[in-house]
Amino acid sequence: MIARFLAGLITLFARAVTAVRAEWGAHLPDLRPRVYFANHASNGDFVLVWTVLPKPVRARTRPVAASDYWLKDAVRTYIGRKIFNAVLIERDAEKRTEDPIQQMAAALDQGSSLILFPEGTRNLSEVPLLPFKSGLYRLALARPGVEMVPVWIANLNRAMPKGELIPVPMLCTVSFGMPVRLREGEEKTAFLERARAALLSLRPREHSRP
Amino acid sequence: MTPERQTIFLFLAIGCVLVAATAVGMVLAQRRAGAPDPMVDNLNQRIKAWWVMVALIGLAFLFGPTGVIVLFAIASFTALREFITLTETRRGDHYALVAAFFVVLPVQYILIAIDWYGFYSIFIPVYAFLFMPIIAAIRADTTKFMERVAVTQWALMLAVFCVSHVPALLMLPIPDYEGRGLLLIAFLILVVQSSDVLQYVWGKLYGRTRIAPTLSSSKTWEGFLGGIGSASLIGLALYWITPFSPPAALLMAFAATLMGFLGGLVMSAIKRDRGVKDWGSMIEGHGGVLDRLDSVIFAAPIFFHLTRYFWSV
Repeated sequence: MIARFLAGLITLFARAVTAVRAEWGAHLPDLRPRVYFANHASNGDFVLVWTVLPKPVRARTRPVAASDYWLKDAVRTYIGRKIFNAVLIERDAEKRTEDPIQQMAAALDQGSSLILFPEGTRNLSEVPLLPFKSGLYRLALARPGVEMVPVWIANLNRAMPKGELIPVPMLCTVSFGMPVRLREGEEKTAFLERARAALLSLRPREHSRP
Repeated sequence: MTPERQTIFLFLAIGCVLVAATAVGMVLAQRRAGAPDPMVDNLNQRIKAWWVMVALIGLAFLFGPTGVIVLFAIASFTALREFITLTETRRGDHYALVAAFFVVLPVQYILIAIDWYGFYSIFIPVYAFLFMPIIAAIRADTTKFMERVAVTQWALMLAVFCVSHVPALLMLPIPDYEGRGLLLIAFLILVVQSSDVLQYVWGKLYGRTRIAPTLSSSKTWEGFLGGIGSASLIGLALYWITPFSPPAALLMAFAATLMGFLGGLVMSAIKRDRGVKDWGSMIEGHGGVLDRLDSVIFAAPIFFHLTRYFWSV
């Protein structure tokens, strides 16, 4: 109940600061479990995607996030676990007790959709999109029927750069593309390259790079 | 008539104009009979947005001066956000931008609310002008430093300083006009916005000769002369809500609409430079808040100072 209320407050705040606008294109959201994969340049990325999703979809959409960040203290644990209901995965392979791909697949099997950042870390460089880690491919291999929807988040890195506490108000857009699916016999690099190109094609010309 | 009655009368008149416009829009939409016409759709979106904007201003008027100050502070916030979004900011500007939004903007409107003329008229041009580059310099990122500083300054001038001169009209002490500041604001906004609408209408009907083809394809001499002329006549017809005599009302309306037109040109030049058609998408059919406010931004300070010099004590 309290977590619900706080989640509402967070999305309201996100809207007040960014006036975020969703561009659905041909793709419309529905309740089937999906994987939304997005570019990652700001701490607020997931919140923005979450904000533009219609409420019933949002209620069953879970971000995939790093447990070393979200389990650091009590406040973060509460936010990550209770408010965002994140699928927390261990980034360090040596400390793993669970297989991250299995965790994500299990969430999909339970009817949840996922928000995933396939770059694996925040992109602080000048290039628009880092190479993808293999997680997206391995998840596609584990659950071949699931649609993977590219989501481009524009401008949020300018509103909330790394390490800053107060965001600068900035108009942001979240663009959804046509879903990508693993083709039969498709190689890892080919699939990742195709998914990455699909995401990059959503990058708007104006606004993000004037 | 009491100021309250004048205000109610004015809003009723605006309501009638909007009802007429809505009726025309519906007839046009009916007549095209299934064939999509983007111009009619856009017209109807614009009329719908006008209903919302008039309702918002009416609501602010109900709350009196505080309501109007809060409304324009919010308008400044959204306008500044649109402006900054289109500029090339860097990590090093973060503190300066946070200060612009969360310190300079509220302070400017608080100064207006407490009617400290001597400070609000120099706060942004002097204090913000000097302190913003200081904050940016402390971050020690010198890439395109001059451009970044200049753009932030100008964003504050247009989106905050100029816009804040609309509610500042409330505070002008004008003899025999006490308690009617809201009507003076209504006069300025009505004249400038009707000039925009009439320029659009005259331009669509008779527009042939473009004024600045590289800047805007929709700005024509016919639209300009017809729009400014007819909007000035509206100003003359509204003299009874102002402290001005009828000829003075005509001249003040002319000055405001002319500045409004020129402001539109400047803002078009900025949009061209940035390669966008609209400032944003907040007001359906119109574009961003700045697309609607551009003429008011340039008209407000001039209108304010002319009124202050000639009519206030």
